[in-house]
Amino acid sequence: MMRKFVVGLLLAAAALAFGLGSAFAHHGNASYDAKNVTVKATVTAWIWSNPHTILKFDATDEKGNIVHWIGEWDAPPTLVNFGVTPKSIKAGDLVTVTMDAVAKSGQPVGRVRKVVLPDGDVLSMGNEK
Amino acid sequence: MSIRPTLLTLLLTGMFCASGAYAQDSAPPDDQNAKRVSGVNIHRGGWDRIVPTEPADQTSGPAPLRDLSGTWEPTPGFRDGVFSQGPKEYPADGKPEHDLPFTPLGLQKFKENKPGQGAFAVPIAAANDPFLICDPLGFPRIELFNLRAMRVFQNKSQVDFIYQNDQAYRTVWMDGRSLPKEILESRWYGYSVGKWTDDYTFVIETVGMDERTWIDNVGRPHSEELKVTEIWHRVSHDILELTLTIDDPKMYTKQWTAINKFRMRLRPDWFDIHEMVCSASEAQQYLQTVADEAAAEKKADSEKKK
Repeated sequence: MMRKFVVGLLLAAAALAFGLGSAFAHHGNASYDAKNVTVKATVTAWIWSNPHTILKFDATDEKGNIVHWIGEWDAPPTLVNFGVTPKSIKAGDLVTVTMDAVAKSGQPVGRVRKVVLPDGDVLSMGNEK
Repeated sequence: MSIRPTLLTLLLTGMFCASGAYAQDSAPPDDQNAKRVSGVNIHRGGWDRIVPTEPADQTSGPAPLRDLSGTWEPTPGFRDGVFSQGPKEYPADGKPEHDLPFTPLGLQKFKENKPGQGAFAVPIAAANDPFLICDPLGFPRIELFNLRAMRVFQNKSQVDFIYQNDQAYRTVWMDGRSLPKEILESRWYGYSVGKWTDDYTFVIETVGMDERTWIDNVGRPHSEELKVTEIWHRVSHDILELTLTIDDPKMYTKQWTAINKFRMRLRPDWFDIHEMVCSASEAQQYLQTVADEAAAEKKADSEKKK
C-alpha cells in the first residue's frame, strides 16, 4: 500500500515536473496514457494551428506496416518561444519523433515532446523525458 | 559643460535600474536573424522580437496615478495564467480545500459540464466545453483560463481590455453609470462598470453574463445572477495585480475568490501580441484529426496501408 502511494507520489511529481497537466491548455489528458514512444518517421504534414499544432508522420511498425501517426503539440503562441515555427518542419522530412503519451484506444495518436530533424537539430520545449 | 547632463543621465539611469524596471521605451531588439534556439524558453512577441528578460525582483518605479494602460503579461512566467486545471486559488484537483460551496443546483450543473481538464476530465471526444467549437470564452473565463497578454486602453469614461486569447475585448464604463437594473439581453462578456477606489486601485463589477459560458476551464457553472468583482491594483510602474471574486447565490452558497493578487508585468511599448484566435475550422480539424482519432477503435493491422 505504502509502495503504491510512493510510486503514485513520484508519478505525480514527475507529471508536475514535466508539465503533463498544463501543457495542453484546454484539452486534457483523459484520452491518453503516459507512455514514452519514439519513432523514426517521414513527416506528411505540419499543421500550424490553434488550439494545438498537429504533426502527421508515417512510421513503419515491427510487422512492416506503415502507421499513420497523428501527433499534437502545444499551441503556436507557446511553441514560438521555444524556437519552433511553421517553417521548422516540412512534409517529407525524415525525423525522429518522441511522444510522452499515446491514445488509450491504441490508435496511433500521441502528444509530441521532441522532434529530431534531418540535420540533427532538436525541436523541443525542454520538457521531454 | 556637458558634465551636468551626463551626471543627470547616469543618476536617472541608476535610479531606473535600481528600481528593478526594464526600459519600457527601449528600442526593440533587431533579432530577426538571431539564431533560433529550441529547448529553452526565449520569450518572443508577435513580430518575433525577443522580449527582454525580466528583472529578478518584482519591484519597479512608482506607478502613475489612476492608469492601467499598457500591455501586460503574467509574471514571472508569461504562461502562469493558463490555469488549465482551474483558477489558481481553486484548481479542480480533488483536494477538499479546493471544493467549491455548490448549492444543489450548482452541483447538478457542474456535473452536467464535461471538461477536458481537472479531476473530472473526460476524453475530448466526450467533452461539452463550449470553447471546443470556439464559442466565446466569455467573462470571467477570459481571465480565469489562458490569461496571457492583455492590452488596456483607457480614457476618462471607459477602460477597454483586449485579450490575447481569442482576441476578445470588453469595455468597462467609468462615466458614472450604474449596472443595469434589469438585464434585457445577456452578453458573453457581460456589462461592466468600474471606479477608482484610490489612485492605484480600480474595482470593476460585472453582471449579465450569458449562462452558456463556463466560469473556468474545468466547467464551474454560473447562473444569470452571477456578479464578478475584479480588483486591479497597480502595485508599481511595472506590476499590476488582479483579484477576482465570484458571487452567484444560485450556484454557490458563498462568494469565492478565484485568483488573489495575481501578478502581471508591463511590457515594452513595442511589444506585439502574438495572434491566438479560436478558428472554427481549425478547431473542427483538431477535433476530427486528433480527438476523434484518439477515441476511435483501434484499427486491425490488416486495415493499415502497406
